[in-house]
Amino acid sequence: MATHAAFMPGTEAKSHGVLWSWLTTVDHKRIGILYGTSAFIFFLVGGVEALIMRLQLARPDNTLVGPQAFNELFTMHGTTMVFLAIMPLSASFFNYMIPLMIGARDVAFPRLNALSYWIFLAGALFLNASWLFGVAPDAGWFGYANLTSRQFSPTASIDFWVLGLQILGISSLMAGFNFVVTIINLRAPGMTLMRMPLFVWMSFVTQFLLVLAFPAITVGLILLMFDRFFGTLFYAPAGGGDPLLWQHLFWIFGHPEVYILILPAMGIVSEVLPTFARKPLFGAPVVIYSGIMIGFFGFGVWSHHMFSVGLGPVADSAFSIATMLIAVPTGVKIFNWIGTLWGGTVRFKTPLFFALGFIAMFTMGGLSGIMHASPPVDLQQTDTYFVVAHFHYVLFGGSIFGLFAGIYYWWPKITGRLLDERLGKWHFWLMMLGFNTTFFPQHYLGLIGMPRRIYTYAPDLGWYFWNLVSTIGAFVIAVSILVFIVNVVRTQRSAPTAGDDPWDARTLEWSIPSPPPVYNFARVPTVRDRDPFWLQKHGDGHGGKPTGRPAPVSAAEIKAIHMPPPSYWPILLGAAFLFMMSGALISIYQVVLGGLLTLYCMFRFALEYHRPASGGGH
Amino acid sequence: MTSQAASHAEHDPNIGITGLDHRKMGMWAFLGSECMFFGSLIGTYLSYKGKSLSGPTPHEILNIPLTSVSAFVLLMSSVLMVLALAAVQRNDMKWAKIWLFSTATLGAGFVGFQIFEFTHFVHLGLTLQTNLFGSTFFTLTGFHGAHVTGGVIWLLALWALAVRGKLGPEDALKVEICGLYWHFVDIVWIAIFTLVYLIP
Repeated sequence: MATHAAFMPGTEAKSHGVLWSWLTTVDHKRIGILYGTSAFIFFLVGGVEALIMRLQLARPDNTLVGPQAFNELFTMHGTTMVFLAIMPLSASFFNYMIPLMIGARDVAFPRLNALSYWIFLAGALFLNASWLFGVAPDAGWFGYANLTSRQFSPTASIDFWVLGLQILGISSLMAGFNFVVTIINLRAPGMTLMRMPLFVWMSFVTQFLLVLAFPAITVGLILLMFDRFFGTLFYAPAGGGDPLLWQHLFWIFGHPEVYILILPAMGIVSEVLPTFARKPLFGAPVVIYSGIMIGFFGFGVWSHHMFSVGLGPVADSAFSIATMLIAVPTGVKIFNWIGTLWGGTVRFKTPLFFALGFIAMFTMGGLSGIMHASPPVDLQQTDTYFVVAHFHYVLFGGSIFGLFAGIYYWWPKITGRLLDERLGKWHFWLMMLGFNTTFFPQHYLGLIGMPRRIYTYAPDLGWYFWNLVSTIGAFVIAVSILVFIVNVVRTQRSAPTAGDDPWDARTLEWSIPSPPPVYNFARVPTVRDRDPFWLQKHGDGHGGKPTGRPAPVSAAEIKAIHMPPPSYWPILLGAAFLFMMSGALISIYQVVLGGLLTLYCMFRFALEYHRPASGGGH
Repeated sequence: MTSQAASHAEHDPNIGITGLDHRKMGMWAFLGSECMFFGSLIGTYLSYKGKSLSGPTPHEILNIPLTSVSAFVLLMSSVLMVLALAAVQRNDMKWAKIWLFSTATLGAGFVGFQIFEFTHFVHLGLTLQTNLFGSTFFTLTGFHGAHVTGGVIWLLALWALAVRGKLGPEDALKVEICGLYWHFVDIVWIAIFTLVYLIP
């Protein structure tokens, strides 16, 4: 396999098996599918964890799981949904769609892209391996110090969490560097920044958040790791350390993280609405500026997660004002989306249903967010189910609805098959019903005083009825996800008849076959508009004539396209890295050996195409 | 259209629409991230400054004259890095080898100073566990030292390639990217040296 000859499209699976071709792939589309599939599996794992918690809370004094198991469930549910479900689902769309939407043949660093995926998978497996050893992390997804110290968490549970998150962080950082460069450097000729599709724009902002926010949690985790492994005093009050340091480092990362989770979904919705309203996005430049503002302000609001620790009136006021301010660009976007639908020729297909669900649910989550932007209100609501309801409205009602809009929208591009509309609408309505039944009552439960993270409650507190309702709602969500799985299985058994452009859509990915060929674009397009494909088909809507489809490309031209060949160094480097990191729980010798293996793989990876023997390699 | 597509195909695949090389831009993105990394570590050091419950305190044991020498050694290595890149660019591989190796040597010298300093401090009773100064000092300067060590390995790898005749002017960008990293690590040391050693 270590050939330096140029790689011809379509020869990938011939010399070796199908499995090998997936393990060594550097094709952004295949990596996107790997990300999406893994993320969906972890979404199901996190969902099952949620269902067990809801069953435990369905009635007072329930004994389905004990307090320790409940702590592990809510910790792993949060960590899984944030790092192993929503982020990689977004990454799956970054991978698959960004090169197609900017008219590129791959990402800037295809092998690094594969490495990001394998290290993500390593981190995800490492984190979940804690279940097998019976020491699942149990300190909450934000792992507040000094609950995480050796003194209060003597088992390996927090070690799994610390090391797992470090591994995942490295994967996210590498993907961030890759996509920053891809978006800046690989745009097709004529695609200026302001002509970039909105999904690419929102992803672009997300990459900057990833690159600049992850170092803060990396440092926070390193300090925690040093406290646990080497006895430093960073979070140890007995030695003068301040547990608040963790909260600052965590939330300097944690609040941008919220936008890392929501901005890609906002981008998807900004693609789906114009397609199904058959109108350009209303005020697209303003939506872009709003996205940049959100990314910018996202770094200045972290202490609104810390109002109850007593930072003093000046800090509380400043962060309160900044938090209310950040609602403005978000609100602007919501008006832009409504403006896009206004006067459009709206076609009510499943992707649009999910996009509309996103707008409605995310608006509700945003409004409850503004409520606890006010410190006195927050002091009433913090650590209650009101907050649980709020962030599920933005992360489930927002991110998950937005991501499902993307799944239904781009499924025909990725597979060549349209998901069934009838089952899709069943999925949507069941999820909408189940979601609101689960989480709306939690606002009320929080306001009448039910705290978060309790494994049970007494019968005389008046919390029974709405907890039961919430549990029933959670199972309705589960049924809706089953409907989606049935839809996927049935669709994949049918013939691929979707065609290149089933939605009569606007952006470049729809101008190529479904599923796209390895090289994506037989000829790299030239772009003159934000909706270049619409311009080719229908003109600019102001009397400008359709520019027409480009001339067909000859077989010889396609043969001349060079794509990067597969490489097994990404997966080997990922494995060596996992071996090194897991050594931290086993033996220092394994860490050293793993470190040497990692270094060796890094050199082989870096020098794979240094001085190609026969020329032509990248 | 066809000529444009053809010119695109002939293009160096590492040069993007902005005319910049992917790898160089990727390195700048990485360095941006590293700013936040060291920013968080330095912020931690500063917020715990003077909060130690027991000695030793910084000005009791920090040896400013000695560390000034090691800082000078590290900063001079940046000059040699510039010379190394210039030599590679003009295909003067003899001097490229000399400058790459001497840059690595000065970097290793800095790490040597740091190992001596750390050992000396441990003898004076300052460890990671002694007080907040020990925890923050060793973590911050240790991570910087680890970055320098990584840079030394990188420089030695480039030197080894040059010795085996596998480095030439067409690889100047690879040397330049290593140089970007090396200068960045130096600049971080200027910040650390000022904030930790010089400011009382």
